[in-house]
Amino acid sequence: MPDSQDATSNPRPASAGAANAGEAAGANSPAVEFRDIDIAYGKFVAVRDFSLSIAKGSFVTLLGPSGCGKTTILRSIAGLVDISGGQIMIDGRRVDDVPIYKRNIGLVFQSYALFPHKTVFDNVAFGLKYRNVPKPEIVRRVGKALEMVRLPGSEKKLPSQLSGGQQQRIALARAIVFEPQVLLLDEPLSALDANMREEMRVEIKKIQKETGITAIFVTHDQEEALSMSDRIVVMNQGAVEQIGTPQQVYDTPATAFVADFLGKANMLAGTVSASATAVLLATGQTVNVACPRPLAQGSKVTVVVRPQKLSVGAAAGANVLSGRVVSASYLGGSAIYEIDIGGKANIRANAPISGRVLREGEPIDLGFDPGDCVLLDEAGQRIS
Amino acid sequence: MLVAPVLVLLIFFLVLPIAVMAAYTFFTFVTAGVETSALTTANWHEFLTDSYYSGFLLKTLRVGAITATLCGVLGYFPAYFIWATTFKHKWLLLLLLIVPFWISFTIRTFSWINILGEQGVINVALLKLGIINEPLPMLYNEGAVILGMLHFLLPYMILNVYVSLESIDRTLIAAARSMGCTSAQAFREVTLPLSLPGLAAGLLLCFVLAAGSYVTPQLLGSGRDALFGNLIYDTIMGELNWPMGATLSIVLFVVLGFFAAIYTRYMGMSQIVKGLGG
Repeated sequence: MPDSQDATSNPRPASAGAANAGEAAGANSPAVEFRDIDIAYGKFVAVRDFSLSIAKGSFVTLLGPSGCGKTTILRSIAGLVDISGGQIMIDGRRVDDVPIYKRNIGLVFQSYALFPHKTVFDNVAFGLKYRNVPKPEIVRRVGKALEMVRLPGSEKKLPSQLSGGQQQRIALARAIVFEPQVLLLDEPLSALDANMREEMRVEIKKIQKETGITAIFVTHDQEEALSMSDRIVVMNQGAVEQIGTPQQVYDTPATAFVADFLGKANMLAGTVSASATAVLLATGQTVNVACPRPLAQGSKVTVVVRPQKLSVGAAAGANVLSGRVVSASYLGGSAIYEIDIGGKANIRANAPISGRVLREGEPIDLGFDPGDCVLLDEAGQRIS
Repeated sequence: MLVAPVLVLLIFFLVLPIAVMAAYTFFTFVTAGVETSALTTANWHEFLTDSYYSGFLLKTLRVGAITATLCGVLGYFPAYFIWATTFKHKWLLLLLLIVPFWISFTIRTFSWINILGEQGVINVALLKLGIINEPLPMLYNEGAVILGMLHFLLPYMILNVYVSLESIDRTLIAAARSMGCTSAQAFREVTLPLSLPGLAAGLLLCFVLAAGSYVTPQLLGSGRDALFGNLIYDTIMGELNWPMGATLSIVLFVVLGFFAAIYTRYMGMSQIVKGLGG
């Protein structure tokens, strides 16, 4: 994981592209590059010192809670928000002084933002019209874009005659038809219902792959981010917390925030005891951990374990902790247990069912492999 | 059941008076202030054959149309400004639109006499400056009537346009801009077409109110600039010819109702209700 380290504490132009590792420097400038971006509204600083480089053709997600600055970043690429410091480059060309209408960018909004008074054809043809594309060519390309979003023949319809999912497809067609340098997607799925959302997830990803367009996707939904992205940029309070592949950010969260925001990891507070790989938990038990470097005795650490990495009952081999079931939810193949092991917060385990589902109040053993945890230091940064 | 009181109100205050008026159009005029309930079509016959009446009607519609058009042209800009401004206290600007309504309409109309009259501000100033030797005849003509009506109708137009602008999703404009529109092009492609329903509602409202006005031409126009409303007034109060007055009233009612009906057919009345509700 070459870039997970520099991203952790120092988010300088860390490449967040699909093919960043072997990319020849200089041969291909990144599709989008942010250099020390600051964005402030009056005294409120929405984004601070944001640097990121996005490789061509990659799908990068800005993930974070609402108000973390992810949408502001997205809008700054489009020119809908002015940056107060730093530089934005698209294809190696500085754009922060280029007016919106001259930046070649496709935008998909949460609210679809289709023109209600224009037909599907006129909506999709809009960007082409302002690029002086000849009429027959417009007809051809609109037809092709509509085929791509699987709504061929809908040219004459008005947006109001389409369902939410269909409207979002048209919005997508409208954004890619003029082959923009970057496709920006601002929470495009959050207005859709759950079924439609999953379908569109696959569809957007498919179209992005087919067209090879560079896509920047903004969401607060971790599932969307994990399933669609080549790279995820986890943001909090206007700053980057971690940049990495979905697996990197999920398996090795760089900070306590990332661990908690992605998948609600269990955080066990403790102190390093006599042996450098043993941690005495605040709840009294001692667990063994695998740590990349020797830990100072007596230092305070947090052991982060994903609910899926915990085994329960007889399966619990290493680091066995005993507790009581507070609640159990049966999910068919597995069950989610909330377990009280004596700490302030309950432990959450998502484990396959062997035998029967334990009931509330029953004693339960749980354990995890020393290699299946991540250690955070006192400041909430991963110890690496 | 809940509609019953409303129904009673509507019948009592709207349908019944109009029905009585409609009945009057068939009564016989004997002499000033006297009519009999002997049914006749004489009033309608007179209205339909005497070009004096149709001339008045056409002129009224023309003045109404001019006034409404001017209101539309002049009213769109302030509405757009209030909508587009980043000024924090927008409500203050909207309040300024309502403030004139706190002063009696008649007094507001009279104020133009002090501005346009021979002894009015403009003439006195120009005379004092030596630019003119004789006062300009700015009052008691059609221009003064239209000006007075503009003064009274513009807030209706501005509010109607403002409300329809306010209902436009601003991300539509951002979308248009991102696809290559300058702000002027985005206005033409998105803002203007989507605000047309408000403009149309404002035009109808201003047209109907202008064509039905009576006080403004009475105060700011000469006899020649009288509108249909003044004709009705003179027929009823001057000639004391109630059957003919009723006939003219019904004519104006039907003609203006016709325009409102056309509007409702294509735009829906809800736009006007929105506009009036602010």
